[in-house]
Amino acid sequence: MSVAFLATLAAMIVCLALAWRYLGSYLVAVYEGRVKWLSFVERPLYRLLGTDPDAEQSWQRYTLSLIIFSGVSILVTYVLLRAQGVLPLNPQHLKGVTPGLAWNTSVSFVTNTNWQNYAGESTMSYLSQMVALVVQNFVSPAVGMLVAIALIRGFARRSVSYIGNFWVDLVRSVIYILLPISSVFALVFIAQGAVQTFGGPVHVYDALNHVTQTIPRGPVASQEAIKQLGTNGGGYFNANGAHPFENPTGLTNFLSILLLLSIPVALTYTFGKMVGNVRQGVAVLAAMTILFGAWLAVTVAAEQGHNPAVAAAGLVHQPGGNMQGKETRFGASSSALYGVASTQTSTGSADSSYDSYTPLGGLGLMAGMAQGDVTPGGVGSGLYTILLSAIIAVFIGGLMVGRTPEYLGKKIQAREVKLASFGVLVMPITVLVLTGIAVAIPAGASAALNKGPHGFSEVFYALLSQGNNNGSAFAGLSGNTAFYNIVGGIDMLIGRFAIIVAVLALAGALAKKGIVPASAGTFRTDTPMFVGLLVGVIVLVGALTFFPALSVGPIVEQFLHGRFF
Amino acid sequence: MLLQLRRSIVAVVFFVILCGICYPLAETGLGQLFFPHQANGSLIHGGSALIGQRWSGPSWFHGRPGPYDAAASGATNLGPRSRVLKEHVAARIARWHRLGVNPTPELVESSGSGLDPDISPASAYAQVKMVARARHLPVSTVRSLVTRSVHAREFGFLGEPYVNVLELNHALAGLR
Repeated sequence: MSVAFLATLAAMIVCLALAWRYLGSYLVAVYEGRVKWLSFVERPLYRLLGTDPDAEQSWQRYTLSLIIFSGVSILVTYVLLRAQGVLPLNPQHLKGVTPGLAWNTSVSFVTNTNWQNYAGESTMSYLSQMVALVVQNFVSPAVGMLVAIALIRGFARRSVSYIGNFWVDLVRSVIYILLPISSVFALVFIAQGAVQTFGGPVHVYDALNHVTQTIPRGPVASQEAIKQLGTNGGGYFNANGAHPFENPTGLTNFLSILLLLSIPVALTYTFGKMVGNVRQGVAVLAAMTILFGAWLAVTVAAEQGHNPAVAAAGLVHQPGGNMQGKETRFGASSSALYGVASTQTSTGSADSSYDSYTPLGGLGLMAGMAQGDVTPGGVGSGLYTILLSAIIAVFIGGLMVGRTPEYLGKKIQAREVKLASFGVLVMPITVLVLTGIAVAIPAGASAALNKGPHGFSEVFYALLSQGNNNGSAFAGLSGNTAFYNIVGGIDMLIGRFAIIVAVLALAGALAKKGIVPASAGTFRTDTPMFVGLLVGVIVLVGALTFFPALSVGPIVEQFLHGRFF
Repeated sequence: MLLQLRRSIVAVVFFVILCGICYPLAETGLGQLFFPHQANGSLIHGGSALIGQRWSGPSWFHGRPGPYDAAASGATNLGPRSRVLKEHVAARIARWHRLGVNPTPELVESSGSGLDPDISPASAYAQVKMVARARHLPVSTVRSLVTRSVHAREFGFLGEPYVNVLELNHALAGLR
């Protein structure tokens, strides 16, 4: 590992520590209604929405609002994509998106997955990119954050039946958090070389080598900033963050990683602050960091090693690591850092070809998703999903000592444990059943580009990624088929909304409870002991559910020395 | 139910106007005002500094392998135990040997975007003798041109050092 990469890691840790402390406390202020500098936008908007910003909703109403809003979002996105051929801002005269692809894409962007069965530069008009996709890049992370905040309120409040106002939380998430930060970073991306124009494709001719090129351009930088900040991950171009117009320099690569980690990390401070004990947030962050660090070490070490196919072709000495599918300006280590950060936050953007990672490097990318994408997970979704595991952890702790478990002063009883178990298990069950179907029928199995265990990995990765609302891909899979468009859409919907409904039901149940004062017998949840238990629960659930599938994919691939497919 | 539906429609319209129209337009305006060169694609000499091109023959420095089709970016996505990848790489190594070059891994491994405009300094130095011979230039002249073309890591530690192939070849054309 080079000194430069160690310095990159150190700089990342410093920046994230600042985001944790200051962005974290800013988020508290936003959701407690203390941030008001845009109230001149807010007040008329709430009048238009017909909602009283001080009136809160029960968990049922909150959930209903969220589901209907998301349904309308899917419909609007679908219609815009289908109709792009007759709508303006379409300099390449692209046709309307086909029904199967429009379904998959609209579900994908509304669920914060951003799985892409298309190549942006040859499929989406400027209008589709901006109005259909960028809008969801703002709104879907906002939905993730407000669900996390609703759950935190469930813990923090006592004996009430209200968990917040969906419409107020939604508006505030976008206008106070996502939009201002994206606006600043989009400009930095432009200054570094990301394109931002409505000028259409440019035709160039180089007299030295007689090369003519038609280079697509568009409003890229504005999409890039929110793509990372909102842990969305859907690229403007097919090559995503590897494309020099999206991610031109080492600096933008660093900022991309920082942006996608910052809100999930900061939310752990927000959590601790809102439940009245920052140490509780530190414990959750510690569990996230341990698992993130472990898989980062595996992936970076694996990518520092050599590519077996290139070695077999005669180039054994690969001093820069595995550079197949990676960009020169980033190198193998920074690409591996980007890959792990992106897959473990459910962003799913890519600055290199994950399909071409070494077997163990690929395993490192899948591991975060097999653990439920909680380390630190997507914007909001990471926190609310890891809190489900925390409930399981205190439940197991309670079983060991024979006491009714408590978490943050709330008694954890049958209803809470059932909801948490449902939320933890729904993703693995969906992913494994769908993977089984996909590899059993020709429509699923034939779409893989690579043969052998890597072909299985491509299919499994696709369904794991969509089930986690991640969106990263072993991109060799030809996903734009009726089978993958439809099945992937179902996978994403279950992976998003089944968990959200369980979390909001939990928030409602918790808010109704009183707070039990801590006593000498209370199992403390802000200690290294609890961090260990939480890590154990996440690893065990991930391993018990996904180890067989991972064995058939990357693990067996690692041990097949000298065999090529 | 109907009330939530009405609110959803109002909210979607609001976000479309704010995030889908105002935000990209404002960024485009600011970008075109302050950074017009970058915002329009960093166009230099007959190409873009950020989009690689295909170079052939021994008298030019070559970039990463790949079709360099700007209209269809993306990697090959061949896995680490792909027979196809092995055969492609073996063929590229043989092609470099015919040009008298001992290739670095990057010169036979395709990039993530398929458009990588850069190569590592080592990959440029590996081609110095080939280019010098073809152009009847002293090796030291070409070597020092490469040395002058190396971009260091940003702030000394971000990313990797690289040589931009388009810049290097245009500087080379200016040597004579």
